[in-house]
Amino acid sequence: MAKSRRHFVKRLIQICSLFGLKSAFAWADWPERLFSTTPYPETLKTLFPTANFIDTNKIHLKLPRVAENGAVVPLTITSSLPDIQKISVLVEKNPKPLSAQFQLSPRVEPTLSLRLKMAKSSNVIVIAETRDGQLLRTQKAVKVTIGGCGG
Amino acid sequence: MANSSIRIRSKRRQQKAQIRILIAHPMENGRNRDPETGQFIPAHFIQELDISLNGERVIQADLSGSISKDPYFSFVLNHVKSGDLIRVNWVDNLGIHDSREHLIK
Repeated sequence: MAKSRRHFVKRLIQICSLFGLKSAFAWADWPERLFSTTPYPETLKTLFPTANFIDTNKIHLKLPRVAENGAVVPLTITSSLPDIQKISVLVEKNPKPLSAQFQLSPRVEPTLSLRLKMAKSSNVIVIAETRDGQLLRTQKAVKVTIGGCGG
Repeated sequence: MANSSIRIRSKRRQQKAQIRILIAHPMENGRNRDPETGQFIPAHFIQELDISLNGERVIQADLSGSISKDPYFSFVLNHVKSGDLIRVNWVDNLGIHDSREHLIK
């Protein structure tokens, strides 16, 4: 019984996707083109067509200088700027340079930690967008000793 | 609740609270090979992460397969009080999703 029910659900999903019902689900609005496999300069152009970056020291990145394991690289972003609405995290030499984008409401202090995968030694770039549209950029180099996006 | 994929911890000091979120997820980016068969492991990663406070969205994140396995996020929220409700919701590229709620002490 259990097997046939599983089979039924599987077929149901197949039929649904056949009719394009997939788009009705929530995951359809993930911006796939931003996360594509393109070199870093092109990804940057797709993300920020104006490319008016202001290099700043008001955003601090806490990253290891040497990461022993490229699969887990801890990153903490902190800033004294109060009005950051969007944070993009990029790894220059990853096959897909854009790692994550965060939209923050005014309730969130710009203090954010996450863990990245890095294919090899590379710059980590964080671009923060303020509420008045400024693009603030900070970057830091990380040396990866054991490469790999391994899980 | 015990087998939820999401674990949420909060630490509040007056009006500020640090929220820490740990999600159990393989985060396969589709580039790794299965060591036994030599075949690529299909991509399987969280694409969208939504965090709300009392029903109001505070963080909306689009993620990729280059977030580490079992993703961990921490952030600080302002103007919170005891009893506020945090809700975390994720959806991955296969359409699997999970959510969990947490009360700030």
